[in-house]
Amino acid sequence: MAAQTYRIGCGAGFSADRIDAAVTLIDRARPQAVVFECLAERTVARAVLARLADPEAGFDPWFEDRMRAVLPPAVAAGTTLITNMGAANPAAAGRLARRLAAEAGAPHLPIAVVEGDEVTEIVRRLDPPFLDRPGRPSVLGEAIVSAHAYLGAAPVVDALRRGARVVITGRVADPALFLAPLIAQFDWATNDWERIGRGILIGHLLECAGQLTGGYFADPGVKDVADLAELGLPFADVEPDGNATLGKPEGTGGRLDRLTCTEQLLYELHDPGAYLQPDATADFRSVRFTELGSDRVRVEGGTGRPPPATLKVVVGYRDGVVVEGGISYAGEGAVARARLALAILRERIDRRAIPVLDLRTDVIGVDSLLRGRAVAPDPDVRDVRARLAARVADRASARAIGHEIEALWLNGPAGGGGASWSAREGLAVASVLIPRDLVRPMVSFVAPA
Amino acid sequence: MASLRDLATARSGDKGDTATLAVVCRDPADWPLLAGWLTADRVAAFLAPAVRGAVRRHELPALAALLFVLEGALEGGVTRSLALDPHGKSLAFSLLAMPLPEEILTRARCRRP
Repeated sequence: MAAQTYRIGCGAGFSADRIDAAVTLIDRARPQAVVFECLAERTVARAVLARLADPEAGFDPWFEDRMRAVLPPAVAAGTTLITNMGAANPAAAGRLARRLAAEAGAPHLPIAVVEGDEVTEIVRRLDPPFLDRPGRPSVLGEAIVSAHAYLGAAPVVDALRRGARVVITGRVADPALFLAPLIAQFDWATNDWERIGRGILIGHLLECAGQLTGGYFADPGVKDVADLAELGLPFADVEPDGNATLGKPEGTGGRLDRLTCTEQLLYELHDPGAYLQPDATADFRSVRFTELGSDRVRVEGGTGRPPPATLKVVVGYRDGVVVEGGISYAGEGAVARARLALAILRERIDRRAIPVLDLRTDVIGVDSLLRGRAVAPDPDVRDVRARLAARVADRASARAIGHEIEALWLNGPAGGGGASWSAREGLAVASVLIPRDLVRPMVSFVAPA
Repeated sequence: MASLRDLATARSGDKGDTATLAVVCRDPADWPLLAGWLTADRVAAFLAPAVRGAVRRHELPALAALLFVLEGALEGGVTRSLALDPHGKSLAFSLLAMPLPEEILTRARCRRP
């Protein structure tokens, strides 16, 4: 690693990611910064509900375990930790981090908290149209749980420039968590669109953690990956101009090459020429990957241009109750018996007039995943599960449907086994745009222990 | 029978009710062949009726890849869908099951090991 480069790693690509892999990343690769990206679209709304029940709750459920594991090696290696695990309550997560830092022998570690992403009142007032479903937030009324804007890198940069060694945020655009330490390290101008675009590119490549280094890639016999039980997490050695070399810790499993990098580069992109982010509109069309051997890949060629004038906001809302269950069949005629079971269920729901908002049935093993012409026309499958899922308005309707699924034991086709069902509160999300100047990010430091 | 899986890898992604499918040539030399054959119309026809909206295709010759963006493909999106795989993560392998015509297979550089 050349003296001028800055090594940044990814310690988690989602909340339930492996924790020991992040310890290995810090111990063996000793990055200057490690980012933990743990916030899915719906997670913040769930966290808001948890915070309503307990004012000290509402952050990532794995925060304590993960921080307890990574703080000691990070303190030893001098690694800065950046994470959106604060979810709906970064301040409470910061207080817990203070106690964990003291346990790790670093009671004065500078810990910063970023807030200001919650924009529920602004969204209620502006009532902007939804981007991805009909209507506006007002049509959902009291079902709305929360609205959170995707913040850009600026508040994280501010925290780092003021000396933070741990930065805990709520909703921040995933690539911005990686872009921020690069801006702070290299003093990139925030209108240096080429470098900002490259920083976003590095963030986008790293943000799904092991998905860059051979996770979510193996297809035995066609695409083999060594030692997935010890998958190494990725890092980037970033140069002052924003070009970088990607790597993973020595002695770890996985693979890093043109194919793993290209699959991840295009993951979840809607337009490779216009990746809309709060800090820039990034353009990945001229990105090039060069394999350097031994799990090292050079990435060059990203660029960017000014961002949109709006910020994306995720609105979380209560969406009824989802009930899901099934029963399994084996042997000759298994598919026909599963289809009969599902027909019986539909008829019972109709006859009892159980109110259903939305209903879907599948035969797992035949057509629960495959789509279109990929579904085999005459399946000779002998091990299947009949599955029913429905959205209903309340728990009573969910329970009535669950009861019908269980009743298939004695009232359904021959040989049914493993009947079971469960119900959960539905929580959905939709997106709106709001003017960026209405959003006011705030940075604060957690008081020493 | 030969399928797209012989020639390419694929990864699905999701944003709201839109699915994305990245298709990457295992041998970059096969990109012109694949780009000529794997049109947006062909993808839409193969996955229909699961895709309710438009299918757009982005060409990435420098990466030897194609990106398909499928609107209305996720039954309302991951937070509303009642599907077993609400993200549509498995969609990539539905697409990779697409039969490969003999003339494409004989001209391809990449062969399944």
